[in-house]
Amino acid sequence: MKYIDEYRDGALARSIAATIAKEAVSGRHYKFMEFCGGHTHAISRYGVEDLLPPNVEMVHGPGCPVCVLPVGRIDDAIRLAMRPEVTLCTYADLMRVPASGGASLMKAKAAGADIRMIYSSMDAVLIAEAEPTRRVVFFAIGFETTTPSTALSIGLARRKQLTNFTVFCNHVLTPPAIRAILDTANLPEIERVLVDGFVGPAHVSTVIGTSPYVALAAEFEKPVVVAGFEPLDVMQAILMLVRQVNEGRSKVENQYIRAVTAGGNLIAQREIAEIFELRDSFEWRGLGELPVSALRLRHAYAQFDAEQRFDVVSVPASDNPACECGDVLRGLKKPADCKLFGTVCSPETPMGSCMVSSEGACAAHWTYGRFRDRASTNAAQTSPLKPSDVQAAA
Amino acid sequence: MCLAIPVRVEALLPDQMARVTLGGVSKVVSIALVENVQVGDYVLLHVGSALTRLDPVEAERTLALMREAAVPGLSASEAAAA
Amino acid sequence: MTSPRLRARKLDIRDGLVDLSHGAGGRASAQLIDEIFRAAFDNPLLNQGNDQAAFDVPAGRMVMSTDGYVIWPLFFPGGDIGSLAVHGTINDLAMAGARPLHLAASYILEEGFPLADLQRIAISMGRAASYAGVAIVTGDTKVVERGKADGVFITTTGLGLVPVGVDLSGDRARPGDRVILSGSIGDHGVAVMSKRSSLGFETEILSDSAALHGLVADMVAAAGPSLRLLRDPTRGGLATTLNEIAQQSRCGFLIEESSISVRPEVAAACELLGLDPLYVANEGKLVAVVEANATAALLTVMRAHPLGREASVIGQVTADDQCFVQMTTSFGGGRIVDWLAGEQLPRIC
Repeated sequence: MKYIDEYRDGALARSIAATIAKEAVSGRHYKFMEFCGGHTHAISRYGVEDLLPPNVEMVHGPGCPVCVLPVGRIDDAIRLAMRPEVTLCTYADLMRVPASGGASLMKAKAAGADIRMIYSSMDAVLIAEAEPTRRVVFFAIGFETTTPSTALSIGLARRKQLTNFTVFCNHVLTPPAIRAILDTANLPEIERVLVDGFVGPAHVSTVIGTSPYVALAAEFEKPVVVAGFEPLDVMQAILMLVRQVNEGRSKVENQYIRAVTAGGNLIAQREIAEIFELRDSFEWRGLGELPVSALRLRHAYAQFDAEQRFDVVSVPASDNPACECGDVLRGLKKPADCKLFGTVCSPETPMGSCMVSSEGACAAHWTYGRFRDRASTNAAQTSPLKPSDVQAAA
Repeated sequence: MCLAIPVRVEALLPDQMARVTLGGVSKVVSIALVENVQVGDYVLLHVGSALTRLDPVEAERTLALMREAAVPGLSASEAAAA
Repeated sequence: MTSPRLRARKLDIRDGLVDLSHGAGGRASAQLIDEIFRAAFDNPLLNQGNDQAAFDVPAGRMVMSTDGYVIWPLFFPGGDIGSLAVHGTINDLAMAGARPLHLAASYILEEGFPLADLQRIAISMGRAASYAGVAIVTGDTKVVERGKADGVFITTTGLGLVPVGVDLSGDRARPGDRVILSGSIGDHGVAVMSKRSSLGFETEILSDSAALHGLVADMVAAAGPSLRLLRDPTRGGLATTLNEIAQQSRCGFLIEESSISVRPEVAAACELLGLDPLYVANEGKLVAVVEANATAALLTVMRAHPLGREASVIGQVTADDQCFVQMTTSFGGGRIVDWLAGEQLPRIC
């Protein structure tokens, strides 16, 4: 696959890893946060951390829209779906997210709610058009990568003059979330995340460009390197971050030059601005209330706003008190540090946001990486076979 | 964030749609967010919409930078010891 | 003088539909069974027309297996629910090292199901069985009201005979044993998904649905007791199969991702949908665990068979009390291949 396979080359990866090891100053510890859940997934799925030297550590950030969606909003969606006249259209990612009282969209569907998994927001519009007696609600989530698609679907619904299509909008913004992680001056020392720099999101940046990170990098004096989605992209970005840290720079650099520009996608930005406006504040699971961090439909598009058409009254719901997702999302704790991890909380029975989505820090660690916990706690035992052993034996 | 995949534009369709392929699998998607899409272009596909065109020159430059960054013949353990 | 025989009208296969009388046990039922099933399966035991099939049982260890098939869509590139039902149950027998002897098939039909489709499925089953050298010797048909079945549900049961000295079982894997995969993964799942309109992609990928007993017979003859176990990675894919074996044998695995074959179109479809080929269903592949020193010989025998041409060693069994399936990624790092959490769903993130 072109533009994919060449950025997964294992031999090139090992060589870049050697360079990182060479340039990371020994005795110095580097902590970088990859903001984006897609990067968390790539790092875990390819085992990138195995190729990094021990003094370069990756911390998993909150850039997973499923993970940061508050429980109360899923409760709202389930309530909407339980109405007999409503057809709720959702991305598959949301089906298993646990809501209050052990409910979920998957369970609501089993109980008879008309919930349909779709691949694209356009599909929801087409369903509304094909089934005029149904009131179709599209459960919209996502960072800036996904918002333009929702905007296009509302535009399409308007052109088709549909009266039975609405959007339950939960779109959130990236720069405020990065700010929330960096802006820890008011917090007690123990709660501050000390990351040396960020691996910036790949596809959010194709839409918003690299310029929104410039003020953040300058204000908090942390470098940001926007990286492509493939594991080699991530490794090259880590090298660029190591170099910036060594040189005392805190700039925004673009590793994903084949897809990202400084200004981003102006058409997409126009589409978003046409349909959406900023909410004063929005609750983020794990990060709390963040000001001007999320979007809602403009007044001119009120007829497509599910919250208005259905008088949605959000009831805030809280997480399990023992859940440490907040600290994990901020990079303060590792998944294995949470008492619930692997005991009560697993992908099958997720207690909090970090476990519900395959790119949440806890889910990624559980699904791909938890064997390393064993290696660190059982140092005395014979270590498991290494790849070189397999090659020698084969 | 977000799963976006590079796909090749095979044919332009009405209403700002296009047929795209990846490794022999084809799909019909929206190209409303990208200007002047041509057959043969590669675009990033996310939830049924193309987000941007992939720049082949910059893609090649990225690979060149990666090869440059690689230290030929040096293994990670040798590097750490150095 | 004998009473005149009522000349019954033949079934209208072209435009006719299944109705409730076809399941009632009367003349309509008999006609359906005769003109569709017996015509397609045509074998001496079935042609006797009894409610059961009676046959002598050869000496030895017998194996029995049963499976229900509820796949949707019913027809997909490379097969249909019928051929799948035949291959699937034959394969369950084959994984025990058994030679399949007979099959039974029962049908739950939905009122309104087109007879043309039913005939197509029956012919497909007859062909699959015949090609595999096995007969469908007995069966049953019921009809339920419209809306109570997705067109047709099929249950097949198989009987097989295990050769003397063959003892394949999921708990027999031992550290140091090698793991062989008979061919590319993900073909069946992707072929079926491509027909689900909601996902909206097109591909030339065919399901790999096939009967594996011929390949298995060659393998068993070649490897003897060095062959520990066989399993076909159906629902849940290769990942699930390896985890199951790890649990049963109380061992671990170390697998090389680069040695696992995935067709480019399958890889592409999985990329588009955010699926991992390791968890996608296969219907014509098997995993074999074999003693290390018998590996090369087994591989040669497998590659000589049409269904094993792309067989490869993908890793080995390890000592691991936590039963992890560890994998070295093609990128060079490590990960585990865990149990599937629920059903694998396409993702956007």
